[in-house]
Amino acid sequence: MFLNFFIELRNVKVPVSLREYLSLLDCLDKNVISFKVENFYYLSRASLIKNEKHIDRFDLVFSKVFKGIEDISLEDLLNKVDIPKEWVKKLSEKLLTPEEMEEIKSLGGFDKLMETLKKRLSEQEKRHQGGNKWIGTAGTSPFGAYGYNPEGVRIGQDKSRHKKAIKVWDKREFKDLDDKSELGSRAMKIALKRLRQWARTGLQEEIDIDSTIKSTAKNGYLDIKTQKEKNNSIKVLLFLDVGGSMDPYVKKVEELFSASRSVFKNLEYFYFHNCLYEGVWKNNRRRWNEQIPTFEVLNTYGKEYKCIFVGDASMSPYEILFPGGANEHFNKIAGKDWLFKAISQWESHMWINPVPKKYWDYTQTIKMVSDIFSGKMVPLTLSGLDKGMKQLMI
Amino acid sequence: MKFSGTNDYISTKDLTIAVNAAITLERPLLVKGEPGTGKTELAKQVASSLGLEIFEWSIKSTTRAQQGLYEYDAVSRLRDSQIGDQNVSDISKYIKKGKIWNSFESKNKSVLLIDEIDKADVEFPNDLLQELDKMEFYVYETGELVQSKNRPIVIITSNNEKELPDAFLRRCFFHYIQFPDHETLSKIIKVHFPDIKKALLDRALTRFFEIRETPGLKKKPSTSEILDWLKLLLVEDIDPVELKNDGKNLLPKLHGALLKNEQDIQLFERIAFMARGDS
Repeated sequence: MFLNFFIELRNVKVPVSLREYLSLLDCLDKNVISFKVENFYYLSRASLIKNEKHIDRFDLVFSKVFKGIEDISLEDLLNKVDIPKEWVKKLSEKLLTPEEMEEIKSLGGFDKLMETLKKRLSEQEKRHQGGNKWIGTAGTSPFGAYGYNPEGVRIGQDKSRHKKAIKVWDKREFKDLDDKSELGSRAMKIALKRLRQWARTGLQEEIDIDSTIKSTAKNGYLDIKTQKEKNNSIKVLLFLDVGGSMDPYVKKVEELFSASRSVFKNLEYFYFHNCLYEGVWKNNRRRWNEQIPTFEVLNTYGKEYKCIFVGDASMSPYEILFPGGANEHFNKIAGKDWLFKAISQWESHMWINPVPKKYWDYTQTIKMVSDIFSGKMVPLTLSGLDKGMKQLMI
Repeated sequence: MKFSGTNDYISTKDLTIAVNAAITLERPLLVKGEPGTGKTELAKQVASSLGLEIFEWSIKSTTRAQQGLYEYDAVSRLRDSQIGDQNVSDISKYIKKGKIWNSFESKNKSVLLIDEIDKADVEFPNDLLQELDKMEFYVYETGELVQSKNRPIVIITSNNEKELPDAFLRRCFFHYIQFPDHETLSKIIKVHFPDIKKALLDRALTRFFEIRETPGLKKKPSTSEILDWLKLLLVEDIDPVELKNDGKNLLPKLHGALLKNEQDIQLFERIAFMARGDS
């Protein structure tokens, strides 16, 4: 039952497990919902999806797997599904009020009822536009009663409502939350928080309950022990590419920057243009007057720093490969050598690229920089940051 | 036992189904969504509409999973032992029951709200896996096994500050409360302000959605903000005409209730400044 749906979800990397699938079946078994596609959509979403970022992919799969449903014509269904009349009769006796039973009788009993139903259905097929009328009348006619049996619900389904239901997943309201798309600064903060390493540093401030109890028991008097407070010990060095080809990404990088500022206590940042050369700067307005020699940066910040480059890595290959290749000044040492210096100084390093990953292959230098960083280049998306942060933690 | 929204709380269809699935299968329901969309309120409304007692456990960054179960007050036992108190031999006197224990003990079915679970340490949800799955836990100090008499309806809210572990998520139903559309929002407002005039409501809602859709807002105003704002508008008895957007004054009256971020207010001032330049 719905196994196809389940497998399709797994195929698009929505992390659903057997457990969730079984609990969905359990829900259906316990009649949590009435048999309507819309309800089924909501129920399966609540039981299979555990993160809003997957809802959009779920919607797409749902629409793909259950696409056929609204195309099944009512007549086909009625002909194919041979509903045992006895069963309908019994069920109706259970569910219908005496008045309704009377009404059915007045229409000529069940056989007649089925006939009439088929007739009306084909009538509706013929004048498709007027379909609403039939459905409208169905609510009050004996066919309304028909709605109680599971197959009947499908037949008697209100088409307009059905269409609306389709829209629910075809609307793709959760598109923004998919982590494959770009992200806001808040989402970035969450991704960056991955990079937390707690260590005890600083003054002795906290009471250490465990060793207090131990030493109290040992000594026979209340012996209070303290321990150092926990601090986020991660130190981050951020190199941001500015200007030129980076202009379209200013907002994204700004968000990344503000997010990382609030996450890391020990954050140092420097700007560069296109590629790392002998000078970096902290204030973009005074980039020519206040350059800090890159050597100084390399010597100041120790190996414990995590080094993150942010840039589109899109430039002319000369700017990386050759001395004098930089487009704004004459560089004595080639850009790639500066990059190698940086990554050998800071062993945990990565390059965050705001260019969407699918365009990476079109720019030669992206591949070059990525090779220099031994493949540690990630796109500026939530999953990209996530992957990068995991690499940095090693 | 079925939940279907209450007079004071508009529950969308998808939310209702998620709640009912959680009630039927007796599994926790995890609710996420923008701040101010009524996540915490949901638990209270489920409790009141089904006539159940509610146990609220608000999580802080320092909360540990153990605190929800019970706390063993070793320090006061130690102190009592020094002054020779009679209670010392009875260890259960020093065990304080937590919210989870309370809800397990409750005679009738109850609602257990674990509010803002993402505030706690990353490992917090993992520490509660067995407890929420089997609805039982072991008290090591007394050797007692606490089992729930009636499995409570567990509702967990999260603001997405931390990712929750997979093993925990697998055990929950999940619902993401979306920001309500125009129609649902006016229903919600009618519930809170039944006497509100249509003219005022229309104007206010239009302005509200205009503000919400302004690109670049740091914190978008949500349901609770518009309710606060309308309350102020009603108290001050503002004429709907005054809310009209004339292009010059982009921020409506009493906007303090809607925009709580200085940068956002500045953003509107900048837009207004530019609009004036154009005209």
